Amino acid sequence: MPNEPAVPLLNVQIDGVWHQFPKGTRVIEACEQVGIFVPRYCYHKKLSSPGNCRMCLIEMGFPRLGPDRKPELGADGKPIINWMPRPQICCAQDVAEGMAVRTDSPLVKECQRGVLEFLLINHPLDCPICDQAGECPLQEFSVDYGNSQSRFLENKVKKPKAVQLGPRVTLDDERCILCSRCIRFCQEIAHDDVLGFVDRGSHTVLTAHPGRSLDNNYSLNTVDICPVGALTSTDFRFKMRVWFLKETKSICTSCATGCNTVIGTREDVIYRQTPRENDHVNSSWMCDFGRLNYKYLEAPDRLLEPQIRSEGRLVPADWPTAIGQAALQLKQFAGSEIAIVASGRMTNEELWLTTQLANSLGVKRIDIVPRRGKADHILLSKDRNPNTNGARLILGSSSAPGAKLLSIASAVRSGAIKALVILKENAMHLGLSVEELGQMPALIVMNTLPNEATQNATVVLPACGFAEKRGSMVNGKGRLQRLNRAVRPPGNARDDWEILRDLLQATGGGNSLHSIEEVFRRISETVPQFGGLSLSKIGDAGVHILQIEELPPTQPQDQKAIEEAIEIQTRRRAVHEQVHEARARVGASSIEREAAPPR
Amino acid sequence: MTITVPRPKLNWRERLYLPAIASGLAITLKHFKNMLFGRTKVTMQYPEQKWDSHLPDYYRGAPALVRDSGGRVRCVACQLCEFICPPRAIKIIPGEIPPSDRFAKVEKFPQEFDIDMIRCIYCGMCEEVCPEQAIFLRKDYAITGFTRADMVHHKEKLLEIGGVMHGVVLKWNEKK
Repeated sequence: MPNEPAVPLLNVQIDGVWHQFPKGTRVIEACEQVGIFVPRYCYHKKLSSPGNCRMCLIEMGFPRLGPDRKPELGADGKPIINWMPRPQICCAQDVAEGMAVRTDSPLVKECQRGVLEFLLINHPLDCPICDQAGECPLQEFSVDYGNSQSRFLENKVKKPKAVQLGPRVTLDDERCILCSRCIRFCQEIAHDDVLGFVDRGSHTVLTAHPGRSLDNNYSLNTVDICPVGALTSTDFRFKMRVWFLKETKSICTSCATGCNTVIGTREDVIYRQTPRENDHVNSSWMCDFGRLNYKYLEAPDRLLEPQIRSEGRLVPADWPTAIGQAALQLKQFAGSEIAIVASGRMTNEELWLTTQLANSLGVKRIDIVPRRGKADHILLSKDRNPNTNGARLILGSSSAPGAKLLSIASAVRSGAIKALVILKENAMHLGLSVEELGQMPALIVMNTLPNEATQNATVVLPACGFAEKRGSMVNGKGRLQRLNRAVRPPGNARDDWEILRDLLQATGGGNSLHSIEEVFRRISETVPQFGGLSLSKIGDAGVHILQIEELPPTQPQDQKAIEEAIEIQTRRRAVHEQVHEARARVGASSIEREAAPPR
Repeated sequence: MTITVPRPKLNWRERLYLPAIASGLAITLKHFKNMLFGRTKVTMQYPEQKWDSHLPDYYRGAPALVRDSGGRVRCVACQLCEFICPPRAIKIIPGEIPPSDRFAKVEKFPQEFDIDMIRCIYCGMCEEVCPEQAIFLRKDYAITGFTRADMVHHKEKLLEIGGVMHGVVLKWNEKK
């Protein structure tokens, strides 16, 4: 219970038991805090309370006051309650001193049954095809509080079905129970007030403002909060029934915010990502861009087999051969002739192993690729690398992450660098041409998807995507969070940390590490901010480990170098976009394009 | 706990056993007599001869999909049978009915519907769970094939076995 000393505690009686709650607590929340669930549709704790669904009706009363304006006490020494003759909604009401509440009286039960009967009058019996079935409060409360039979003999009101409310949201107006959660979400959280009710009575329908559509980057959250199947995700629609989904707690890796997510999978196929509540990070929301940014894991051209260059072309090899070949190529060169380009999309464990690899080879030139986008000041961060802070802590570089990238590129161009290791990044982000990369004596690529540079690699190591591995990342606000494995990697792709561990061993550095927990333990021994932590201690909600305000400001020359690197990426992406545009199917939204493979 | 089962008290006639032997022999002789006059068939010559017409109404043979009298595949791909199926014999890939289709109102249909008849245990749970009365256990029992792939009944085969089922499922008609 949030209990700050400044907020006075009030005495409230709930179902005959007196409790204390801080002033300002909603009655519905107070009931929940003492383990009494009051059914609700329109109420959502992160939104305002219009009180329009009437599902949370309760009986309410106040102490009977005597002539001296003091509560009259009963035989038990407690105040005698004067009950209001009519039920009240408890979602829009704050607790008050002496307030009494009854949530299970015959009147309340009768009200709940009546409200449900009204809600179901025009609700279609779509459950066999409705995507909400299985996680639908209307189904659940019908069983818990409703009637088993319908008394309604007339025809149900017909409303539009399968309305495209926006590029990613499909609306079924018949299923809508007019709770207005989606409208309030758009007003209060997404700041894009496009939804509203039109027409009256049973004919009221939810609709977007004429000429507008629900196309903001947070539109799919309305699908999550919709208590029925009225708003459905066009992406998830009819794909899989929810009761089949295995739910894995993880985090989104599409930007530095690191929204907490639940990945819904079945038999190694990801069907959806939904936000998971964490008030330190993402409240209950996540952006559509991050939510849909998982499809590249199932791309048809995903790297599935280790490959080595033989007689001028890449041929499949087994893992020991590929790792051995990579180690052999690297050992030909001095540490000063090798550069490692890691990624801000790698986990702390992978970055730590990367530093070990660099130490073992004597490599000094090591950095990540900076990645920027437009921040929206809701959740989406400017920094599109999920683990820039992890790289900052673990690579331990004196300059800001990404600042050395272009100096690596110029060293490659001048010939000072003869071997380049590209980990989970696109070598094209260095601003080098395919030919320049093709002349490298050793170009070792570890990635999930191919790109223009992959064909010139000397060794290709297929790795895992974010949903296929475990690990930890430090988000933009310095919170250490955990990734969990939701699906197994396809083909012969391997866990990134295992590839790096094997490469480290093959180059002669380091002893054996058998589990990712051991890797994390080694980090906690070497990096002070991780001290005393373990993967399991991070927990589902994460741990704050880094005070962002206390970080030294980025040097102006670093800032300039990072901006130059970003500029190269932006130019390249523009060209890529044109190519992609030509292939993109008609009507694909900008977010789907942005969510396209991070090559 | 021990349960003592009381032995029946036999009277002198029962203890003699001879009357019981005699009545047993009488039954044997009756069958022998019927055999001689060709009134009893001992072996049915399967598969030339079949007992199909004698199968009871509650017989559980191969599961099959049915169409309604309007020609619509009743299944809406709710996947409840896939969920309930104890040996996980059913695999459904749902699809969306295009808006131009005659049955667009139904919205969802099974793009693929496979029942692996090697796995199927003929328990009938799919029929029981189906909210659309779309899957029924028919009286087909001789399900054979040369390969494992042969033994998977695809949607076409299931509809062929199922045929048309008349009766009321009013959920998707114009009234609702």
